[in-house]
Amino acid sequence: MTDIPKKRSLKRATFLLISGILLILGAHAWGLTAPLNEVQMGITGRILYVHVPTAWVALLVFCIAFGAAIRVLWAGSKRADYIEEASLEVGVVLTIMLLVQGSIWGRATWETWWTWDPRLTSSAVMAISFAGILVLRGMLHDPDKRRTISAVSTIIAFMNVPVVYFSVKLLPSIHQLQSTPNTVDSEMHWPLRTAAFGFLFLSLGLIGLRARVAELRAIRTEEEPDLPPVPETLQVEV
Amino acid sequence: MEQLAIEAGDLSRRYGSRWSLARLNLEVKIGERFLIVGGNGSGKTTLLRLLSTALPRSGGSLSIFGVDPKENRHEVRSSLALLSHQSSIWEDLSGRENLEILGRLVGVDIDVGALLGKVKLEERPDPVRTYSAGMRKRLAFARLLIQRPRLALVDEPYGQLDPEGFDLVDSLIDELIDAGCTVVMASHLVERAAQKCDRALLLESGQERWLGASKDVPKAWRALHRGES
Amino acid sequence: MSLTPDIVSERREVGLIRAIGLIFKKDILIEWRSKSRLTGMSCYAITLLMLFAFAVGPDPVMLQKHASAYVWMSVVTVSTLLLSQSFQNELESDALEGLLLVPVPPAAIYYGKALSNFVWILLLEIISLPFAVLLFQLDLTSEPLMFTAVFLLGAGGVAAPGTLYAGLTGRLAAQQLMLPVLLFPLLIPTVLSAVKATNLIITHDPFDQISAWFAVMCAFNAIYWTLCGVMFSKVVDE
Repeated sequence: MTDIPKKRSLKRATFLLISGILLILGAHAWGLTAPLNEVQMGITGRILYVHVPTAWVALLVFCIAFGAAIRVLWAGSKRADYIEEASLEVGVVLTIMLLVQGSIWGRATWETWWTWDPRLTSSAVMAISFAGILVLRGMLHDPDKRRTISAVSTIIAFMNVPVVYFSVKLLPSIHQLQSTPNTVDSEMHWPLRTAAFGFLFLSLGLIGLRARVAELRAIRTEEEPDLPPVPETLQVEV
Repeated sequence: MEQLAIEAGDLSRRYGSRWSLARLNLEVKIGERFLIVGGNGSGKTTLLRLLSTALPRSGGSLSIFGVDPKENRHEVRSSLALLSHQSSIWEDLSGRENLEILGRLVGVDIDVGALLGKVKLEERPDPVRTYSAGMRKRLAFARLLIQRPRLALVDEPYGQLDPEGFDLVDSLIDELIDAGCTVVMASHLVERAAQKCDRALLLESGQERWLGASKDVPKAWRALHRGES
Repeated sequence: MSLTPDIVSERREVGLIRAIGLIFKKDILIEWRSKSRLTGMSCYAITLLMLFAFAVGPDPVMLQKHASAYVWMSVVTVSTLLLSQSFQNELESDALEGLLLVPVPPAAIYYGKALSNFVWILLLEIISLPFAVLLFQLDLTSEPLMFTAVFLLGAGGVAAPGTLYAGLTGRLAAQQLMLPVLLFPLLIPTVLSAVKATNLIITHDPFDQISAWFAVMCAFNAIYWTLCGVMFSKVVDE
């Protein structure tokens, strides 16, 4: 067991985690106190600093899970399986956060908690599909089966996201789709970017720590035990 | 060098943190009748399943007729047949239908009536679900013959059979050997199976305890149990 | 030096297409043998149709408006039973392992089973259709070709991912639960477009929108019939 690099990667994950939190706090202190020039959305528009980064990073984290699943299937990597498990969990939490934030914002702006907006709907589908895979992982006890089956379902669930998005987009929308301003007010640019990096670092740090937990669990339950010593040959009189 | 039917070096398989088969070295010559004996959970079935490629190995090396199953599993699988506890049948189809479908999938023409006669299985239209354990074993032997194996791996061939069935198994194994097939069998019926085989391996807790002429395996078996008691 | 030559002939190579056909015929035969199961499933689908109708209330206009949704929801719900049954037949006495050791290529097993599931789902649709026509007073005579196409594409869109996921969850104790949990999020595009297209046919497609939904269903079928074949091989081939 090589302990030193593991410790280093743990340190790196913790560092990412803490710097992520600091960046998010900083970005909010900055963004929430900046003068409000955004007329269209008003004060509720300030949810942008948390909402937009959550969306970006959630997608990115699922991309990591997808890449890890590909590595599991085509390279048989066990490490990739730990990363897949970790990023699925972080991704599901981020997506649930995203849905809650979106609902709150929707309530404030559109007077409704839920609309069948393609992005909202496909985020919900994404959360359910990936949460289902986490449940499935809990039910599979053979580590080899768990690796392949969850990798296969991750790949398919990931590829399903754009299909759901486009098919929901075809629905005649109930609500007037809110037009995203192409140019966010320049005052908001830098806090937004800072917050995005904050969420990215926080998520990567969490994935690193969670992957380590998965690995430790695997070591405890699955790691190859030493081969038993060769027993004595029986003495038989012939 | 003479080609071997089975060549295994340090062959190992683990389930979780337990080795169900460890460090097994084995060479079986073509045309040999090889017996595996051992108590419950000693690794007999695991060994047969590893040899059949139904299970992947966790460590060591294995080659069947000079081919590593990891390199060319299709070729290895085409050359062998496994008779296992579970008989690999479709429960809702009749015995005849099971054999006919298998025959087409294997790519052989079969005279099903004659084959059923050979394994002394009375033909009836009911689904296999209604068959007794002994009838299933006979059907499993018919399956084995359809696959025309060069290596036949048989797990407990005598299990669930009546004395008449024992003789049937013996004659089928003779026939396989006469056709140039290599037979590896695992059995609890040490005395009976020992008469039928050339060499034998005694397993305990997934490890080799004794390897030698099959006629001596009952002695080894007794020695093992004396040691325990 | 040949074993029972008069009874069993020499082995010939079996091509992939022939193997698919053999597995397909075998699955059709097995299900046909257990006709009572099929009758039970049809009763289930029809009961669901009636339940939906009762849940909405005896309002002919309302019922007609939502008829396509009821039809597809009952078909999708009942088809999970059909799908999981198709693997129970294979796993009950390790027949799947026997097939792999023959060796039958995993792709042949997948496509054979998926095609047979496709046929049975189609049959389920055909059986529930007259009841839907009766209960909801539908007029489907205007576009028989379109209608057939929707049914074919819908059945295909359920069968392709459904067969893979039935295989993935086949050995789980909680299969009846996990199959829909994992499968239904994937089926959203199929269900959505099949319902919309059926509805447009019933309402005589006033705005000529049906082609978009056909496009979604075709794309979905193309993606999943290819992807799931590859993935199934990965799962059983470890």
